Amino acid sequence: MPKRIETVVFHDSSTPVLGDVQKAGSVVVTNFDTLLNQARANALWPLTFGLACCAIEMMASVASRFDLARFGSEAFRATPRQADVMIIAGRLSKKMAPVLRQIYDQMPEPKWVISMGACASSGGVYNNYAIVQGADQVVPVDVYVPGCPPSPDALIYAVMKLQQKIKHNKFGKLIELKPRTLEEESA
Amino acid sequence: MPFEVFRDVAKPILAGFGITAKRLVQQVTEGKGVTVQYPEERREQFGRTRWRHVLTRYDSGLEKCIGCSLCAGACPAKCIYVEAAENTDEDRKSPGERYAARYEINMLRCIFCGYCQEACPTGAIVLRKDFELANYEREDFVYTKEMLLEPVRSL
Repeated sequence: MPKRIETVVFHDSSTPVLGDVQKAGSVVVTNFDTLLNQARANALWPLTFGLACCAIEMMASVASRFDLARFGSEAFRATPRQADVMIIAGRLSKKMAPVLRQIYDQMPEPKWVISMGACASSGGVYNNYAIVQGADQVVPVDVYVPGCPPSPDALIYAVMKLQQKIKHNKFGKLIELKPRTLEEESA
Repeated sequence: MPFEVFRDVAKPILAGFGITAKRLVQQVTEGKGVTVQYPEERREQFGRTRWRHVLTRYDSGLEKCIGCSLCAGACPAKCIYVEAAENTDEDRKSPGERYAARYEINMLRCIFCGYCQEACPTGAIVLRKDFELANYEREDFVYTKEMLLEPVRSL
């Protein structure tokens, strides 16, 4: 007689619930998208990319009062090779922009970008020759966080928004099998 | 030498871990840790915290905003756009001569300094404590008058 095991199926709101508590057996039924997205969404390792004062709030969000580790994002990586999400914390100067782009390119797929604060998202008060007017001119941004600087709970909310986005991803969308054209190749 | 090692190395380490242990005991025994379990429970915001803007109304339901654009002038980030229109007796939106036909704030530009609130002669625009503003698309951050305006309080 096998022991009765309660298994909980991971699900999000987009997929039908296949069985919250299964009475018999130890089989979990889910689809591949959900399984993969759960794994991706709950282990978002951020890249250390503090550019200005927003970085102080970013550090505070990892500290014990707010504890970003509860969402699986405590491991700030100093190398882009091991990071999943880049938190652009602070104003992005035009001199820094190529560096940001190179580091973004070095991150392995799948990768996401959170633009933290007014300066990174739009330039903020620094509407001048030195600051990039929005980090989305350089890298594709997934979640924007307004604020100057956003408080740690506002950043945690952005991480939750990003998790929601990842959980609604369809696996096929992440991989583009479209061959590149010659113009794109040479560019 | 051993005394120096104890004083300079072991003692600070033990003192640091002492705080960790104290918090751990506090967490286990009393059930209150330092961490705010954010989505479930919120920390208390400070009294003068400035976050999302709200355009307020008088108790009669009329808008306080008179479309004077002083907030747009005071804004250091130039993120407010106000377009005024004349009030008529048939269609009265605010008690003054004019009202704001369009009122837009670019939340991504805004640095939440509160100068608009200080500049406002009628106290129409106030910064409340709703900090959950993150979103996916750039276009979602231009808050229009409909999004900013307080709903009419039913009496």
